[in-house]
Amino acid sequence: MAPRIKIPATKYPVERFTLGNGLRVVLSPDRSAPVVGVAVVYDVGIRSEPEGRTGFAHLFEHLMFQGSENLEKLAHFRHVQGAGGTFNGSTHLDYTDYYEELPSGGLERALFLEADRMRGPRLTEENLRNQVDVVKEEIRVNVLNRPYGGFPWLKLPPVMFDTFANAHDGYGSFEDLESATVEDAQGFFDRYYACGNAVLSVAGDFDVAEATAMIERHFGDVPARPAPSLPDFAEPGLTEEKRESYIDRIAPLPAVAAGWGVPDPIGDFTGYLPYAVLAEVLTDGDASRLVERLVQRDRAATNLGGYIGFMGDEYQVRNPTALLLQAHMPPGGDAGKVLQTIDEELDRLVTDGLKPGELDRTQARMATRLLQGTDDVLGRAQPMAVLELQRGRPGLLNELPKLVSEVTDEQIVAAAATLRPERRASVEVIPGAAQ
Amino acid sequence: MSAKTLPDLIPDADLHLPREAERRLPSGLTVIAIRRSAVPLVELRLRIPFGRAPLAPATLLSQAIFTGTSTLSSIDIAAELQAVGGSLGAALDPDRLLISGNALADGLDRTLELLAGVLTDATFPAEEVGVERERLVDHIQVALSQPAHLARVALLKRIYDTHPYAVQTPTPDEVRAVEPGALRQLHAERVRPAGATLVLVGDIDPDQAIDVAEKVLGGWTGGAPDGVIPPIPSIETGPLLLVDRPGSVQSSLRLALPGVTRTDPDYAAVTVANLIFGGYFSSRWVENIREDKGYTYGSHSGIEHFVAGSTWSGSAEVATEVTGPSLLETVYELGRIASLPPGEEELEQARRYALGTLRLSMSTQAGLAGLASMYAGFGLRLEHLREHSEALAAVTREEVFAAGAKYLAPSRAVTVVLGDADKIESQLSVLTAVERSRE
Repeated sequence: MAPRIKIPATKYPVERFTLGNGLRVVLSPDRSAPVVGVAVVYDVGIRSEPEGRTGFAHLFEHLMFQGSENLEKLAHFRHVQGAGGTFNGSTHLDYTDYYEELPSGGLERALFLEADRMRGPRLTEENLRNQVDVVKEEIRVNVLNRPYGGFPWLKLPPVMFDTFANAHDGYGSFEDLESATVEDAQGFFDRYYACGNAVLSVAGDFDVAEATAMIERHFGDVPARPAPSLPDFAEPGLTEEKRESYIDRIAPLPAVAAGWGVPDPIGDFTGYLPYAVLAEVLTDGDASRLVERLVQRDRAATNLGGYIGFMGDEYQVRNPTALLLQAHMPPGGDAGKVLQTIDEELDRLVTDGLKPGELDRTQARMATRLLQGTDDVLGRAQPMAVLELQRGRPGLLNELPKLVSEVTDEQIVAAAATLRPERRASVEVIPGAAQ
Repeated sequence: MSAKTLPDLIPDADLHLPREAERRLPSGLTVIAIRRSAVPLVELRLRIPFGRAPLAPATLLSQAIFTGTSTLSSIDIAAELQAVGGSLGAALDPDRLLISGNALADGLDRTLELLAGVLTDATFPAEEVGVERERLVDHIQVALSQPAHLARVALLKRIYDTHPYAVQTPTPDEVRAVEPGALRQLHAERVRPAGATLVLVGDIDPDQAIDVAEKVLGGWTGGAPDGVIPPIPSIETGPLLLVDRPGSVQSSLRLALPGVTRTDPDYAAVTVANLIFGGYFSSRWVENIREDKGYTYGSHSGIEHFVAGSTWSGSAEVATEVTGPSLLETVYELGRIASLPPGEEELEQARRYALGTLRLSMSTQAGLAGLASMYAGFGLRLEHLREHSEALAAVTREEVFAAGAKYLAPSRAVTVVLGDADKIESQLSVLTAVERSRE
């Protein structure tokens, strides 16, 4: 076995300040490439949707692109792309983000655009109806017309959780989407899109003093509005196994996903982090425990994945969340057998511990992935914004490779020991299109 | 509140190309190494010419090349790579076998050693090949249930007919018939350094990285048979091809036209004309069928470049009940870009987008590695970025108008639609002649 490789770290600088109106700002300058990433993150996500309004956080994300105080519909897209940049937004369980990546000469324009929609998007009946149609097509593309659509991120939460906040469909039902009103949208904006409930982050090629002046110029007069109080979404964990299955009419082969509750990612990061590493020990690459056993040896699965958070955002999710394992199986595959084998392998890990080098190599690979993510300006701006929003610690991004490398064998074994069948929820895909 | 005005853009600084070095080794392998040191990693791309390789064995070879050498098992290879933060994977397209990966910069030597092992000494053990073969069959089964894949299969067949590019995915039965011996033979014949290009990008000294590659890969030698693919055929127009997928809740709309190569004098003008039509979000096509009418979540058009030729295509997934209207608007927008000059503002916006996204794409190690490897496959180097940027900066409205007329005319397009045929045929046949796919 090769000697243990040294895990390097990044040293991206981090500057933080808060504007008079309560908007938190994170700056991370780096002049190595002439590009900037801008992210604005609001502390509202799928979990905050009211009952009867499933999918509303995501629908609202679409409405934020439909014009704003000084901008016509379509102007946002044209101004970002006309500055040579790209843009998007995404809706998660605990936050909604908006971001641009541009040649550095477009920074002030991006700040102007974000500030303008923070003051107020154009919430019109016409824009709402148009975007309800667009979102329905998005759901058709990603869920209804596609095999395994929504598996497991839309399918496992209702098995695992009981409360509406945690269990409902984040893409939303067509019925709820169609009945959404402009008044709902205005109420959602007023409540959650306060500048006190947001973080602006800029990474890449800029001068800190110049960028600070630009930010004050564009965001400084956004009216101050405080953040709403954040609800506690915690639920008691499972005490007996829960299993469900459903027929996917266009899927040709079976699949299964299982989830176990994990410690609070924010309140108990030390307790949580070993689970993030454990997921990789179990599933990262052909030398990982479960791939070796289930894919290579038993041929009980053709693909296997493991990660934390239903949307794969392990350092950007709040409590409660889960460690997930998902397997796609060959024809006739037996989900029960796969789950039983996972239990066996977890038992073996708990009893025998890790093999020499097993944890080191997993940590080395995790470091590569973390570092590769930060090579992109948005790979810094976006997570730093969320880390500031949720933890007040944007610099944690620089520390993650090292923190991951400090997780010990004992912590991995202790984490594995909690993944008991009676704490597990699972959902099985029955292939409706099997020959 | 008083209306606020949009801040001006600060013009881009001159394009700065990163430091690179290149050497052609005695084996015929070209090594290109580029320094971008923002993160302590290295990206690796090895492009091996694979034109005219038999499809099913070549596809399985790309899945199974890491299953073992005479000294290492598949699990050993995976574990040793992982130990230096590394990962390697292979993929196949009609022109090449592409091995890609990355590692911690300190792990470059070890990653190259492991790569050399599979290039010179892959053994394709029967047991492991069997696992990969079944996995590949399952993956193809899943692909065959995906509308985007099925629409692409039908479009490729429609465009390329009997040309080697017409079929790019083997059938499950073809894959099932491939024995390890066929993989060993194909590896011996075609996994060869002659004409191959290795690109290394990262926190490296370019000259030293090439020295290491030369030393470690020195034992990889040998020529390959001629894999030159004949030029792609001209696209024959004809009725819209309707592919039935009963129960679909959307239709997959695909159009194709002859494309233009990257080095064609018209390329910059076509690039801009395509952007204005449907090549980016702020295009007429997206604004029309998404932002105005809500028919789709997204549509996109662009040119796909292969070694033997380039093809333009446009794609959109649209609601079943508006399949006909979506085609109508698509043909309208193609007709408009082919018949009228673009507006000055539209041109400037598309030009700046094209120039800006070039800079974004070269701002990361992975982006640079992808660009350099892709260019190398067409005999180009990163310097081409500068030439292409200058051409984009100079292109005029008249040239864009001429390019639209010459390359995007709807009368020369072919169309394939995949969806619930019983629900969409009548919508489509009022607009154009329709022929149902016989397959």
